[in-house]
Amino acid sequence: MKRQAEGDECRHENSMKRAFPIFAVLTAVLLSYALYEALVAAPTEQTMGNVQRIFYYHVPSAWTAFLLFFINFVCSIQYLVRRDKVADSIANWVAIVLGVAACAAAVVIRPLPSGVEPSSVATTGLAITGLYFLVKRYFSGSRTDALALVTAEVGVVFCTVVLVTGPLWARPVWGIWWTWDVRLTSTLVLWLIYISYLMLRRFSASGQTPVLAAALAIFGALDVPLVYFSIWIFRTQHPQPVIGGGGSIDPRMLHVLLINWLAFLCFAALICWSRYRLEVLQREVEEIHAMKGLQDPRSSG
Amino acid sequence: MNFLYAAYSATWIIHIIYLVILVRRYHSLRNEIDELKKGKPTPGH
Repeated sequence: MKRQAEGDECRHENSMKRAFPIFAVLTAVLLSYALYEALVAAPTEQTMGNVQRIFYYHVPSAWTAFLLFFINFVCSIQYLVRRDKVADSIANWVAIVLGVAACAAAVVIRPLPSGVEPSSVATTGLAITGLYFLVKRYFSGSRTDALALVTAEVGVVFCTVVLVTGPLWARPVWGIWWTWDVRLTSTLVLWLIYISYLMLRRFSASGQTPVLAAALAIFGALDVPLVYFSIWIFRTQHPQPVIGGGGSIDPRMLHVLLINWLAFLCFAALICWSRYRLEVLQREVEEIHAMKGLQDPRSSG
Repeated sequence: MNFLYAAYSATWIIHIIYLVILVRRYHSLRNEIDELKKGKPTPGH
């Protein structure tokens, strides 16, 4: 069984290796097209003018960072629960119940909060369940931990883009670079939590580091809904959401926004794949060093 | 327009810096693997 699983994994990796250059070229084309759409094809906003076009990079970067932190959350939970069979089966059932409950809530609960579509509630629930079992199926053992590290690192890169492009939009529109508003502050806290996660992974030499990091990641992920829903819950200076939440957007602008998000998602997937390969390779090298140290204790010092 | 170009440039500068870090890490790992294959002790180990 184990040999068959290893064979499947090897075949899967080989096909991914072949697909990588094609995917890289397609992503480059899509990013170029998205840039053209954002800078040239999208209509100019009447009150803000051209500076509004920052939105086509700022918002997709934020959504991509949230998605990556969510994958990190799923991986961290799986890394922790797989250490215990009972916890693992409880987590499986929780994931299933969550998907079913979201579908039921979309049908039963009336009225839903303003701007929340029933289809988006059901899709979110099913996406959570689907992602949970997808990670479980394709990433086993320490590979779950590797994926958690990779998604946190790439998520921090995208979150940095959000924190840099936000003030560059705010300065000409609000007249200030930064304000301690709930949305802005919670995003900064989110970034700091994941920076501390990466520092823990980088500098801690304890064998329990992945467990501690997984626990920290679960707390960090709790900040994501706070960031996202802060503009619904609190009175903030940040603009209201353009999709859902009662906001409106020109269909041509929405088209450009979604094209840019797709391009950034492909780009994030490409970076994650490269970084994941690097992480797996690095762990293999560390394992070889450890084996060598065991065989020849003098060389390990 | 300056803020718009600054934001777009900053985005790509951040991504390119991260990609350069990844490429450097990859090269250093490749060197380590080559040294392991030759059987030489690597620095730090």
